[in-house]
Amino acid sequence: MNLLIKGGRVIDPTQKLDETLDVLVENGVIREVGRNLAAPAGAETIDASGCYVTPGLIDMHVHLRDPGFEYKEDIVSGTQAAVAGGFTSVCCMPNTKPVIDGKAVASYIINKAKSEGCCNVFPVGTITQGMNGDRMSEMGELKETGCVAVSDDGKPVKSSELMRRALQYAKGIGIMVISHAEDLDLVGEGTMNEGFTSTELGLKGIPRVAEDIATVREIMLAEYTGAPVHIAHVSTAGSTRVVREAKARGVQVTCETAPHYFTLTDDAVRGYNTNAKMNPPLREAEDVAAIKAGLADGTIDCIATDHAPHHLDDKDVEFNEALNGIVGLETSLPLALRLVAEGVLTLKQMVEVMSVNPANILGLGRGTLKAGTPADITVIDPELTWTVTADGLRSKSKNSPFLGQAMKGGARYTVVGGKIQFRR
Amino acid sequence: MSFRHKHIIALRDLNKEEIELLIATAESMREINSRDIKKVPTLRGKTIINLFYESSTRTRTSFEIAAKRLSADAVNISPSTSSATKGETLADTALNLLAMKPDIIVMRHAVSGSHYFLANKVSCSIINAGDGAHEHPSQGLLDMLTIKDKFGRLDGLKVAIVGDITHSRVARSDIQGLTKMGSSIFLAGPPTMMPPGVEKLGNVTVCGTMKEAIQDADVVMMLRIQQERQGKTLMPNTREYSRYFGLNPTNLKLAKPGAMVMHPGPINRGVEMSSYVVDGDQSHILKQVENGVAVRMAMLYHVSGGGSVE
Repeated sequence: MNLLIKGGRVIDPTQKLDETLDVLVENGVIREVGRNLAAPAGAETIDASGCYVTPGLIDMHVHLRDPGFEYKEDIVSGTQAAVAGGFTSVCCMPNTKPVIDGKAVASYIINKAKSEGCCNVFPVGTITQGMNGDRMSEMGELKETGCVAVSDDGKPVKSSELMRRALQYAKGIGIMVISHAEDLDLVGEGTMNEGFTSTELGLKGIPRVAEDIATVREIMLAEYTGAPVHIAHVSTAGSTRVVREAKARGVQVTCETAPHYFTLTDDAVRGYNTNAKMNPPLREAEDVAAIKAGLADGTIDCIATDHAPHHLDDKDVEFNEALNGIVGLETSLPLALRLVAEGVLTLKQMVEVMSVNPANILGLGRGTLKAGTPADITVIDPELTWTVTADGLRSKSKNSPFLGQAMKGGARYTVVGGKIQFRR
Repeated sequence: MSFRHKHIIALRDLNKEEIELLIATAESMREINSRDIKKVPTLRGKTIINLFYESSTRTRTSFEIAAKRLSADAVNISPSTSSATKGETLADTALNLLAMKPDIIVMRHAVSGSHYFLANKVSCSIINAGDGAHEHPSQGLLDMLTIKDKFGRLDGLKVAIVGDITHSRVARSDIQGLTKMGSSIFLAGPPTMMPPGVEKLGNVTVCGTMKEAIQDADVVMMLRIQQERQGKTLMPNTREYSRYFGLNPTNLKLAKPGAMVMHPGPINRGVEMSSYVVDGDQSHILKQVENGVAVRMAMLYHVSGGGSVE
């Protein structure tokens, strides 16, 4: 099917484009970006006036819960949520059941996504077999099967020796290691950020230094081995600072943050709100400021949601019992647009952190509107106003701290491989 | 004035007038406790469930006696576990109990904030008998009543609280209550047991040493060392702890002459307090326990909507 996206503000940092142009899609591939393009016979024309037309957004950190926890989310519902949020590609984390530590599970995900999903799904395999932190998984086979990175997300690799070897080995294979950087001894039994709010609520705190120390370890290991490393969900001022310093001296480190870390503080936990419970936890105002500064100066490469669907049964319980995580696919874009409205990011930077950079870090061959590339395109209406509601979310799970909140901006059309997978 | 709260979960949620009302009511309840026949019909026909997920002798007995002295029917339940992964969830337990039409559930639970969770699920009143490291409002109220008995007022006093502040719900309720009443709190304890930002909870000064905190204090409140909650990393051992943060007849002399010594119990004799102090003239520890019954009567009475007490 062919498609002409007319009259939108095309923002493609890979071609230094930011002007009103048309985008022509033929047979699932971008044919041309230019002025006053004519629609070929039979092509659908999208009027994109007033909208931004960007390379399809990429969320490099989501949990699709499939296989094993389909009552929370599955590949169908998760990718529906993704395209509704403007994402054309997602990378799904391996803490499924069974975990993605071999060809069987990775193939299952890739095949199901191809046949039933609405967007590109790139699995992330585990760093260790069974994700139990003992032996490296078969990274070669994982890569051959289609995994774009390895990570023991949710369960930091405790052994520095194993992490060192994993970085070296992965470098040889040519696959990125994504680290969930937390020192589990320092995390202890903490359930929220350690600070005044945890003191007042009487909840056990997770100190920021738990993340900072682990981030420093990964940087030192990356520097020592000469291997690249990507730090997942950076939430603290300290981590941001050490990544900035490491980049300045040439360490191959990249990192991501999640929308909640630049939008909310641990004040959101007040009332023992389990939809404000995640790992790493929401921090304090100075961290939010540091995360924004890190996005602005390029220290933080990506915005990734850490979309973590949980069933009501896992969240509607006492605070300590509630599982960590929130859904994020459908609220990420408007929250990122807030940064643009605040002047933290330019639109170009927003497209970089939400599309170009994750594509480059993981070698996805996307994140661009160059002719000849797969036609993954997001048409964003910055003026769209809507309210986050449980019924409105496409995800099976409704564990969002933004329920009831007004949002501005969102996807009008999400085009995946030339096909309109979402429109509103 | 009337009491406008359906639940009593935290002293943080109450204002000064409401705390004064509860204390004044408790003072009048004491008269009942000194009668030969210690019972009034005020809460006759009301059903109160004491749901204790953590062990307790003092608090549970005190709530039970308080209910019975007001002629309410009190039932005690102690589920063996609080974990949602083992057996019934808290919400399901509560809803099942609610189906039996209690008027008040008095709960103790290891998870901070679980009473707010419960209050959103049930239609009866909830009274907090202690939640995690959050609050223990009846203890805070009985501490204030005991202090008022001695000084006739609750403002302008220097109150030292010594021990593991991080894990203490008693400390949080005392800080909330006494700050609202106009007193000053001075905290001491190993830095490993001092939670961040605690000075912002009220009129609180964090002291570097125990000496600094108890110097010229009107009240010295000692907290129990709760090793079961602490883990192993917060202090070397109880011997060293008591050397620096234990109350004994010598360092007690730093406080004002006749200063009150208090402790929420149960006491680790020889750890946070020497027996000479526990059993000494300045100890008000058993007076605290005695006042506990009156305070809990006042709490049950007010969440039941008040009315006349015969």
